[in-house]
Amino acid sequence: MPIRLMTPLTKDKLSALRAGDEVLLSGTVYTARDAAHKRISELLEKGEEPPFDLKDAVIYYVGPSPARPGEACGAFGPTTSGRMDAYAPALLERGLSAMIGKGERAQSVVESIAKNGAVYFGAIGGIAAINARCVAAKETVAFPDLDSEAVCRVEVCDMPLTVVIDSAGNDYYRLGVERYLRQRKVQISEVPED
Amino acid sequence: MKTIRAQHVIEAVKELCVKANYCLPPSVTEAIRACREAESWGPAQNVLDRILENGEIAREGVFPACQDTGITCVFVELGQDAHVEGNLKDAVDEGVRRACAEGYLRRSVVSDPLSRVNTGDNAPAIISFDLVGGDKLKLTVAPKGAGSENMSRLVMLKPSDGRRGVIDFAVETVRLAGSNPCPPVVVGVGIGGSFDQVAALAKKALLRPLGQPHPERRYAELESEILAEINRLGIGPAGFGGDTTALAVAVEYRPTHIAMLPVAVNINCHVARFQSAVLEGEDHADPTYDAPDQG
Repeated sequence: MPIRLMTPLTKDKLSALRAGDEVLLSGTVYTARDAAHKRISELLEKGEEPPFDLKDAVIYYVGPSPARPGEACGAFGPTTSGRMDAYAPALLERGLSAMIGKGERAQSVVESIAKNGAVYFGAIGGIAAINARCVAAKETVAFPDLDSEAVCRVEVCDMPLTVVIDSAGNDYYRLGVERYLRQRKVQISEVPED
Repeated sequence: MKTIRAQHVIEAVKELCVKANYCLPPSVTEAIRACREAESWGPAQNVLDRILENGEIAREGVFPACQDTGITCVFVELGQDAHVEGNLKDAVDEGVRRACAEGYLRRSVVSDPLSRVNTGDNAPAIISFDLVGGDKLKLTVAPKGAGSENMSRLVMLKPSDGRRGVIDFAVETVRLAGSNPCPPVVVGVGIGGSFDQVAALAKKALLRPLGQPHPERRYAELESEILAEINRLGIGPAGFGGDTTALAVAVEYRPTHIAMLPVAVNINCHVARFQSAVLEGEDHADPTYDAPDQG
């Protein structure tokens, strides 16, 4: 059964999560991808405030497609997280509690996740229409000139996620494949020889 | 000589582009369904079920299947006895612009790779022109997402690397890509030609309906062998482990130099979008859509 989580994701809610756990997330997430991360990190370097409070916040690496009239949001699937690796540790140091995306993270990000007791959730790439239906409301909060890359505050309900890197630094992309390969080895060895 | 009006090209590109983003080709849905039936790993079964459900929701026409509605690759096959009235390239780009606006597609193209200013309308398309026999114009529109495109690779092998070298490079490309390109992937492999042609071959291979092997037996066998080795990697759907890392492998080859063995591997995600139409001259101006992949 998936674990239901509600934002804000205070660190105590994250410590029990384990790599591979399925989660249904509800509450507030902030969208930010390549261009927004560049701007946020420039603000932080100048000693200025980021466009939203990073403490216990969730960033979703996504650039949604435009919403049709009457819809809160367009397609809402994850982008490749690795492109944000250069920026992530500085945000984790400032209290960011979770990132949502797809794909492997750099070792520096895994270490920062473990050090700060944060988590990295994997969303299934390419199920953007399902995720769109999880959006209740969406509002641009910074960098509107970045269009689909603007920072938005999004209210989500039961968005399906998987814990990929837990607060102890375990990585489900590695563990999941290892478990599968171990099981397949057992199956192959169980096939009787003629 | 038949005359095709640029206006028809604009309309056709627009329709194909919107349709591609909302309706997966039947051969892709069929391949995912077949892999779901055969999949032995529980977490992988769950991911494949979600992917199939997503395709059904997208088909309703409210949300595109993926938020990355891609950079629009358009393949133009122009019959030598057909004439386009107006500017063909401009017409294709205008079709892409209208699809972007009317289809609520994401604006995902920057005008300059370094200054990175968004063009605001998804134009220009990546257009490839081919002159063929006949008096018709065939258009294939394939919106391509960046997550998988970024995981593609090209190598100039030595002729002595041979068939084994090709297989190893293709499998290694998928292994290195891991969970990034939204597996299960579709793998297009180009072999031969030149540095530039081999990349185009790999992309063209992605346009073949899934499940349709190469017409030449030894290349069909090569496709099966690469697919089997990729699926032994265990990456699985979404990278969570499983039997289904790739849905299909398609190979295209061309003659090459005595000293060369170029190989390109173009990765596509499971949202493997393409739609085609054939435009006829003025007296039969309505596009007739290709039967096999009409969504």
